[in-house]
Order: sequence, then structure tokens, then C-alpha cells
Amino acid sequence: MAAARAQMSPDQAQPLLSVRGLNKTFGGVQALAEVSFEVRPGDILGVIGPNGSGKTTLVNAITGFIKLDSGRVSFQGRDITGWAPHKIVNRGLTRTFQVMRPYFSLPAFKNLIVPLFSNRARRTGGWRGGGRLGSRDTVAVDILEEIGFERESYVPYKVASSLPTGYLKRLELARCLALRPELIICDEVFSGLSMSEMASMVPLMEKLNLEGITLIMVEHRLRELFRLATRVLVMNFGAKIAEGTPEEVMADEQVKEAYFGSEEVYGYV
Amino acid sequence: MEILVYGIINSVTLALMALGFTLVYGVSRLPNFAHGALYVLTGYITWQLLNRLGLPYFLAGFLSLALVGGVGALMYHFILERIRGMAISEIIASYAIGLAILEGLRWAGLKGGTFILKPFIEGSLNIAGVSVDYQRVLAVVLGAALVGFLWLFVNQTRLGLALKGMAQDERAAMTLGIDSDRMAVVAMALGSIFAGVAALVLMPLGSIIVESGYQVLILAVAVCIVGGLGSWTGALLAAFVIGFAQILTVSYLGAHWQMVVALVAIILTLVLRPSGLFGKQKELEERV
Amino acid sequence: MARHHEGMRKERLDRGIKVRSDGVYAVGSWREMAFLLAPRLVLILGLLALPLALAQAPYWQKVLSIICIYALLAIGFDFLAHFVGLVSLGGALYIGVGAYLAALLNTELGLPVWATIPLATVLGGGVCTLLLWPCLPLRGVYFAIVSLMFPLLASRIIEALDVFGGTDGVIGVAGFPGVWVEQYLLVVCLLLILFGLRRLVNEDVGLVFRGVKDNDQAVKASGINITTFKALGVFIAASLGCLGGAILAHIYNWAGISQFALDFSIIPIAATVVGGGGTLVGPVIGCLILVPISELLRDFGTLRIAVYALILMAFIVFKSEGLMSFGARKYNQSESWVEI
Repeated sequence: MAAARAQMSPDQAQPLLSVRGLNKTFGGVQALAEVSFEVRPGDILGVIGPNGSGKTTLVNAITGFIKLDSGRVSFQGRDITGWAPHKIVNRGLTRTFQVMRPYFSLPAFKNLIVPLFSNRARRTGGWRGGGRLGSRDTVAVDILEEIGFERESYVPYKVASSLPTGYLKRLELARCLALRPELIICDEVFSGLSMSEMASMVPLMEKLNLEGITLIMVEHRLRELFRLATRVLVMNFGAKIAEGTPEEVMADEQVKEAYFGSEEVYGYV
Repeated sequence: MEILVYGIINSVTLALMALGFTLVYGVSRLPNFAHGALYVLTGYITWQLLNRLGLPYFLAGFLSLALVGGVGALMYHFILERIRGMAISEIIASYAIGLAILEGLRWAGLKGGTFILKPFIEGSLNIAGVSVDYQRVLAVVLGAALVGFLWLFVNQTRLGLALKGMAQDERAAMTLGIDSDRMAVVAMALGSIFAGVAALVLMPLGSIIVESGYQVLILAVAVCIVGGLGSWTGALLAAFVIGFAQILTVSYLGAHWQMVVALVAIILTLVLRPSGLFGKQKELEERV
Repeated sequence: MARHHEGMRKERLDRGIKVRSDGVYAVGSWREMAFLLAPRLVLILGLLALPLALAQAPYWQKVLSIICIYALLAIGFDFLAHFVGLVSLGGALYIGVGAYLAALLNTELGLPVWATIPLATVLGGGVCTLLLWPCLPLRGVYFAIVSLMFPLLASRIIEALDVFGGTDGVIGVAGFPGVWVEQYLLVVCLLLILFGLRRLVNEDVGLVFRGVKDNDQAVKASGINITTFKALGVFIAASLGCLGGAILAHIYNWAGISQFALDFSIIPIAATVVGGGGTLVGPVIGCLILVPISELLRDFGTLRIAVYALILMAFIVFKSEGLMSFGARKYNQSESWVEI
């Protein structure tokens, strides 16, 4: 699968997502200040930063949920600045939400019906195989199985309100997968998970990446993130203060100062 | 010149009508759709006190203001408080109360022509070649006085400061020991009294009719939305914008279009600039 | 009461069939089928029989027509408010647009009744959707306020421009061939729309609509244009209102400014609140109760408006679930006293 994707993008060096000079202020507060970065196909980019450093604003800005003051976002070489969220999603850039609000009263698989109504899902014919869309319900259950809902245990058919947080997080990811995206921006998929749930989430993210999906992961859980990420971007007060491999970022003095407070970096992680 | 003078008068009139509405909304986030009904109710009570009991004008005025303030407070405490925070229910319920009051009054015999409050002062004044009767001058003076009073009240008294605190951040106010339900009742009583004052000042210019209840409501909503709901300065400025726009349309297009201006102003504002002329970003996100 | 039941407690059970099969009907016996079908049959047969039952009372036949028109409007309101999340306080706009369109198509173009009604329904739905299109991004209260303004604006503009007959309205609109045609057209339309819409909201599309209402962010992030779905919702609701308006114009042989009047905005809302919002059947039941009350009070003039405003207020404050939800709960639950 990964090989197939690599063939599809002829120039491996061309970035999948390129963000240049994003600015956004909320009533005098600089939420984003000249943020620029690039993501290449197949990357896992980690975005970290203290609370209120503008991480979620960055996600909202890239995916079109808020209007930018200035800056450009381009995806697959096309300028998507100012596009409506659903248009961006239909090009293959999708996101998860920190606060999930599934249809609690419905079976889990019914939660995937909405994305399956999108143009992209219709075009790509659900998750497995191209061509015509099968019954929406079967496609939905297939996607849930793909993301770790055991079909035999009837978890996909259980009412969403009875699912633990780990499954709800996966449900949120599955909503993105239903769109067969090129890039998923994950807003804190690890937060609120138990240790064992976390342990199974990490390989899941790895698997998605191996299947050819590029990931941007906004996280607070540094230990898991640093295991996954190929590159890490550190934000503080809306600005990018460091970018590099996990090791480089950990060694950066400015990052230690701003994010970790003092020398207790490894203790915190 | 005529346009300027009548524009100012019309604007202050609008501000008078809207002040109570924006006060209530600002403090308790309640769009009080019974506002127009309270306006007409004041006129009706005053007329009854004047003509049935034969009370002197000022006593009747004050009594009816007190009564209407009480009606507002009771209405809030016993009915609207139960659905606090459910915006749509608040609109529908307060509108239903207003409808009940207005149509009840109509049934009780309130018709145009028979119910007339006489002006406080007869006669007219000549301002820069335009003849203006004293009642209108009084309306402008009273309107200005009311705004001044409101400003003093909000910034100088304990109660006023509590109201202001609640308007800015209800939860923070509650942590400071401000009883938000009581404050909302106070705001509602004040808002009703403001509607009443507007009625006492403006009604002598015409007769007391049920339709003016709906009209006042629409105008108040228009002013508040154009100004940015809950923003007092915004409401004042919006009153001037709409006031002059109305006078201009009346003199160039005809009286039929006067109401259309207010309605179009609401729709245009919400569509083009949902936060109103002077609203804040936060409110924008609530609306869109 | 309490003395009779000393040493007992009240036990409340959901009917097994409801618990097992919410949405998926795995019905095994005639009893269970009857249990599910009985309320539906009562409604369908009852509505179909009403015109016959009222054959001797032409006045009440008219009332039945009015009930059906209000019910169409109320179903539209309920659908828009509880499944799309847009509270439209301006139902009169739909009635007015439908009535004027039907009247103009009939008097100006000479189209017969069977053509004007469907045309007015579809065209009217389109016109209302276009008018409300700029307001679709607005939320809750703000959409409600704007939608309340539209019918007022429409009547003022017709008045000011003096078009479409001005304050006199469009007169000389053709009537129905007979009272039975009028009655059964309305009743059958109402039933078809009621059950059709109930099916629609329970289909997969209904989930998208509900998503637009409850969680528009997630719907956007799922690659769906929420404005399209909101517009679709408005079109459906507006078409229902326009259908009612068109029929109204043909019943009264007239279309006028009073069809933009407040009654058409308020009664459907009151009916929805009283009957139970989010059920689609509730609004019909609400209309069956409220409209006759308002007719009985007609002698008292505007007091009837005050009365149903008070009923509306009482329900919204004290019994906001409405009669239908209340009734359905009672129907599906059995209560009994058991020994402790």
C-alpha cells in the first residue's frame, strides 16, 4: 500500500502540506504568529507546546475552521487558503476533534454514515477497494474492523454511549478513515486514554502511517509521541520555537526553557 | 435642517424603546420578546389610573411604572427563570407572554382613538426654523437623562456594579457572591420600567394602540441587533443609524417604507456582520 | 392513595417489545404487531374518517381543512427545528408565498388547480429557500429573529409597492371542484408527508441532518457541506408551508396580506410544543387540539390568541416534552403495584 502511494506522487520531495506565515489574533491575543512548516508524504509530524500555545488554533486554521489574518496553506501543491472545511476534507485533508461528540444513542457503526455521505467517500467507494459503494452499513463495519473494533465481539454494533474512551477515540479516527484521507491531523488522540489503551493506540497509528496516511499529531503525551514522530514542531505563544527530529528538539535549550520549565525534561517525559 | 432635527428626535425615541431590551439582554442574556407588551401595558395602566381613579398625572405615572416593574419581575421569577439558558424557549415563552398581554388588552377593549394620554406640556418650540412640540423636546431630554442615569447607576452603585459584573461574566460574578437569579430579576424589573418610561414619554404623541407593542418590539430588536446585542453604546449608536435612515426614507420614499428600513437593517446586519456594528468577536462565534 | 398501598411500591416497566426492538422490528405475534400498529391505525383511519364524520357540519369541515393546513406547517417547523436545528419563527412566509404563487398562477396564467398546487409547492419552496439562504449560517436565536422578520417584511413591501393587488390581495382564485376533493386532498397529503418525513429522518440521510443540528463541526470535518443540507431542510419545510398556502388560497378563492399574519407563525409553534417536538406526529396532534379550541373561542375575538399564547407558554415552561412524548412513554410502560 505504501509503495502504491509512493508511485502516485511522482516527486517525493514535493511537500504534501505546506504552511507559510500563518497569523491569527483573537481580540489582541496573538494565537498564531508567522507559523511555517512543511509535511512530506509519509511523515508523522508531532506538534507539541504548553497549554494555550496555539496548537488547536493551528489545526483549525489549516482545516479551514477559522479564517486566517494572513498566511497561505497549500495541500498537494494546491492553495487551499480560505477554503470551506468540507472542501478541504474532500481533497483528502481531514482532522479529529479533541472533544468527541458521537451519536451516543446509535450503534457505533452508524456513526460512520455521515462521512460516507461525503463526495470523497462516494468517489473512492468506501474504505476497501474502489468502485461502487456497497451497503453503507457494511462499509462502516469494515472500517471499524480496520481500526480495531473486533467484529466477533460485536463491538461495532454496540451503542456508542456504552463504549470506553479508547473506542470513542478510535471511532473519531474511523470517521476520518471513512474518507480515505491523504493526511489526518489528530488533535490529542492520546489524551484521556488508560495505559493499556495507549499501548494499543501507538501501533494503530503506526499501521495507519504504513498504509500510506500522513499524520500530524498534536499531543500532550510526549513519551508516546516521540516514539512515533519522524519530526516534531514545538510551539509557544503562537509561534514556532523549534522544529526537528525528536532528539534535536529535546536537546534544544529554548524548548527546555519554554516548554519544560527547567532541566527536568526527562523526568517530565 | 428638518431632517437633522427630526432625525435626532427619532433616534432618541428609538434609543428609549431599545434601552430596556438591551439592558435585560446584556445582564441575563434573555431576549425579552414581551418588551413591546410591557410598553403598551404601561400606557394602558396609566390611562386607567388617570381616568378611572382620577389620580394626578405624575402619581399615575409613577404607580404604573412600579406596577409594570413588578409585572416584569414576577414574570421573570415565576416563568422565565425556569427556562433560563434555553434561548429558543426563552424567545418563544416571552413572546407568548407578550402576545397574551397584548391580545388580552385588545380583547379588553383597547382600541385606537379612545385611549389617549395627553402631553405633559402643550405648545411647541421653534428650533432653527423647524417647529417642534414640547413633548418631543421632553422625550429627547428625558432620553438623554435616562442614559445618564443608567450610566451613573451602573458605574456608581453596588447594585449597578453587580449588574455590570454579571453582564461581563456571569460565572465569575457568581463566584464573587452575586446572586445571578436575583440580579436577573432586578434587570428585568429595570428593563420593564425603562419600557414604561418610554411609553409614558412617547405615547402622548399618539394614542395607545396594541399594534405599537409589536412595532416597539421590532424596533428595539432592530436597534439591539444592529448595535450588537448586549452592547449599550452599540445600541445608542445603532439608534442613531436607524433613526436617521428612517427619517431619510420617509422624506424621500414615503412613510410606507419606514418599518421596512428596520427590518432590512436587522437582516443585513445579521447576514453581513453578525456581531453587529459594535459587537465583539466572541459573540460572533456564538451567532455563526 | 398512599394508604391503600402500604407495604407496596410502584413498579414501572418498559414493554419488552420496545426495549428489544427500538427501530428494528422483530415482531413475533399478532399481539405485538397490534401493539405497534394500533396507534398508527387510529391516526390514519381517524383522519380519513373525519371528513365523513363531519359531513353534516360544513363549518367544522372548514375547520378540518384549516387544521390540516396548520398541521403541514407545524410538521415543517418540527422537522426544521428538531432535525435540522433551524428554528423558523416565520411560518407565515411559507403560507404567504404559497398562497400568492398559487393565486397568481391561477389568475394570471390561467392554470387549473391541479397544476397550481404542485407548482406553487415546489416554486414556493425554492423562493423561500433563496430568501433564507443568506441567513443559513446563523445560529439559534439569530436565525429565529431573522425568520420572524421575513413575513412582516413581505407584507410591508407588498403594501408599500402596491403590487399583487396591494392591500386587497389577489381575488377571483378558482376554487376546488368540491368539498370532498379539498378535504381528501389535504388529509391524504398530510398523511403521506407525515409518514414520508418520519421515514426520511430515520434513514441514513436523517443522520446527516441530525449531525448538522447537534455537531456541525464534525459534519464539516466529514466532508459535508452543511449549508447544502440546511438549505435542503429549509426547502422541505418551506414546501410543506407553501403547499398549505396554495390550498388555502384555493379554499378562500383569495390570496392576501393577511396570509403573512402572525397566526401562521404562532399556531404551528404552539402545536409543536403542545404535541411534542421531535416526533413529527406531535405537531399534528397539537393542531387537532389547538385549532378547534381557537375556533370555539372565535366569538371572543382576540382572546383566543391570548389563550393559545398562554397554553404555549405553560407547555414550554412546565411540560416541554409535549403530549406525544408523554403519551408514547405511558403507552410503552406498564405500571403496577408490587409487594415489597
